[in-house]
Amino acid sequence: MEEKIEKHTIAVLVDNEPGVLARVIGLFSGRGYNIESLTVAEVNNADHLSRITLVTSGTRMVVEQIKAQLDRLVPVHKVHDLTDEGPSVERELALVKVAGTGERRIEALRLADIFKAKVVDATLTSFVFELTGTTAEVDDFVGLMAQLGLVEASRTGVVAMSKGATGF
Amino acid sequence: MPEQKLTGAQIVIKALKDQGVDIIFGYPGGAVLPIYDAIFQQNDIKHILVRHEQAAVHAAEGYARSTGKVGCVLVTSGPGATNAVTGLLDALCDSIPLVCLSGQVPTHLIGNDAFQEADTTGITRPCTKHNYLVKDVNQLARTMHEAFYVARSGRPGPVLVDIPKDVQFADGTYIPPTEVKHKTYRPQVKPEIARVEEAIELIATAKRPIFYTGGGVVNAGPIAAKLLTQFVKMTGFPITSTLMGLGAFPASDPQWLGMLGMHGTYEANLAMYNCDVMINIGARFDDRVTGKLSEFAPGSKKIHVDIDPSSINKNVAVDIPIVGDAGAVLEDMIRIWKARQKRADQSALKEWWGQVEGWRARNCLNYNRTEAVIKPQYALERLREALRGKNHYVTTEVGQHQMWAAQFLPFDEPNRWMTSGGLGTMGYGLPAAIGAQLAHPDAIVVDVSGEASFLMNMQEIGTAVQYRAPVKIFILNNKYMGMVRQWQELLHGSRYSNSYSEALPDFVKLAESWGCVGLRATTVAEVDEVIEKMLAVTDRPCIIDIAVDPKENCFPMIPGGKAHNEILFGPEDSPSDATPEDGMVLV
Repeated sequence: MEEKIEKHTIAVLVDNEPGVLARVIGLFSGRGYNIESLTVAEVNNADHLSRITLVTSGTRMVVEQIKAQLDRLVPVHKVHDLTDEGPSVERELALVKVAGTGERRIEALRLADIFKAKVVDATLTSFVFELTGTTAEVDDFVGLMAQLGLVEASRTGVVAMSKGATGF
Repeated sequence: MPEQKLTGAQIVIKALKDQGVDIIFGYPGGAVLPIYDAIFQQNDIKHILVRHEQAAVHAAEGYARSTGKVGCVLVTSGPGATNAVTGLLDALCDSIPLVCLSGQVPTHLIGNDAFQEADTTGITRPCTKHNYLVKDVNQLARTMHEAFYVARSGRPGPVLVDIPKDVQFADGTYIPPTEVKHKTYRPQVKPEIARVEEAIELIATAKRPIFYTGGGVVNAGPIAAKLLTQFVKMTGFPITSTLMGLGAFPASDPQWLGMLGMHGTYEANLAMYNCDVMINIGARFDDRVTGKLSEFAPGSKKIHVDIDPSSINKNVAVDIPIVGDAGAVLEDMIRIWKARQKRADQSALKEWWGQVEGWRARNCLNYNRTEAVIKPQYALERLREALRGKNHYVTTEVGQHQMWAAQFLPFDEPNRWMTSGGLGTMGYGLPAAIGAQLAHPDAIVVDVSGEASFLMNMQEIGTAVQYRAPVKIFILNNKYMGMVRQWQELLHGSRYSNSYSEALPDFVKLAESWGCVGLRATTVAEVDEVIEKMLAVTDRPCIIDIAVDPKENCFPMIPGGKAHNEILFGPEDSPSDATPEDGMVLV
């Protein structure tokens, strides 16, 4: 029985307490689930709440299991499957360092303009671009820069939320 | 009234009292001395000094499982905590409510590789339901109460609270349990009624139904077991149970088919294989139960009641999932069944029972009765007869003797049977028996054991002697790690690699060296005699060494990777064609 592998973006609201990220990561490694991307930061200082955005993949049964296992962790408030629950926006931020001179340098700058990337550092021989976009856009940009003197890229991983007026 | 300050250690003791703890199992050490000092200065909580921290946890499990209360453990930092890890995971796998308190090095030394320092919360994170490191004495009372709440709520489990030594000395404020409400943890207890109604409609149309129940019913309390019995009686359906669920439905009832799974009965496994509606209450489709997943109860509709949503659709996809406490769901099921005036399809049920009785007539637990050697099954049959009608509790170690005990010892009530099911921890039975005995001083508590398992925690005889716990250690001594030997025989060409119990002690002399009673049976005629003598001992532990047939194997058996209808009945069934290659890799 071949089952389709689905990619899901899951948002998790947790108590911002020591060990909570270790619990989430331990769950994924211990049970052999995939993590394609994971981001976490405090979103509510007064109530000490953090929001984790996870991108994972698996069969439907595995994805359901991941959500149930996350929900079962004691410090977890809510688990939302943004992929299942209707339209959502997903963004990543990347810092991309490119080194080069002459025509390659000009081409890098031209492409950065097309991708609406910002120059956040410049020297005579290098740029650091800041780019915000979907994972695919960041992939495309980094792919192009690879041919124009890419030194390194640093990416935040996906943050996401549902479209429309209602919140988490 | 001015706010009274207590030390952290006093807060711990006060919280334990307010949580209704009367016994705590533990072992002292540098990092818990303030708590031990606080224990010394009070009389409400009895401390039981074990001989190894693993045993403290198993004893607390035995206490918890036999009373329905939360078991409590106290260990020191570093090795104290790491020794407790096996017990904690055992409790997690079998959903036993425990609170384990561990000492930790002072907060300013954490992370400095201090003497007896371990990252206890890190190590125990995947071995507990939840854990805490308390760095502020003013959070200690709240954390203690939360720990008890988390341990007993929803699917029960072990919770660890790690308390640095300086926090135990520091002065802080105590708050009572009534003032503590957990921020997030609210397990769903009441089921969704629409789902229960759907289940009732399906149950009423079943032609070949079966109840498959598990430890969840036991954990839901004696009332849940009564409701289960009532509902099973109302429907007239056959019922089987997992190893952990034994006793929730009376084994003496004709609707009872015995345990299912790898060493379950033929009738239970074939009824599962052929059923059209399966009603799973509080069991988790464990691999010991399902066998080959693709051929597990093919063509059946499945209802699954579980308090843990992550148990649902984990191994087996079900048709009607119901999240809730087994007792609450059964109550609703009975109410709706009555309100809708449901009645099982009597002619279909009659036919189904005819089939089931045909399987039962196969008498799958039969064994080669002989006068020449003590068969382990015979010893257990005699034990069963001797215990009949007496107030008794049984624990086991892990292996062949455990499966035979599950097959041959009947339980008519929940909380009477304690065994390490999920983790399969050898050495569980003796400390668990001590925990059960201390909770029920007047009952007979028997640890059905093998000689190899017994050796794993035999130091606990000392604990039993010290607290005059008259546990009976009933050793079925076959001089082998029997289950290992059985698998080596079936799967590894009878190459008995390291499964022989070499250099065994004289168990009778061992008992005597501790001031206990030691008894031995080497012939069939002696079995009844030693059981009678064993039951007469009420003031000290008793070790019974029964020399059983070393070659006996545990049947029926569904080899790994096989379906429920591919059962082996005994040595006459060829093991070589029984196990496919892909089954060999399974445990």
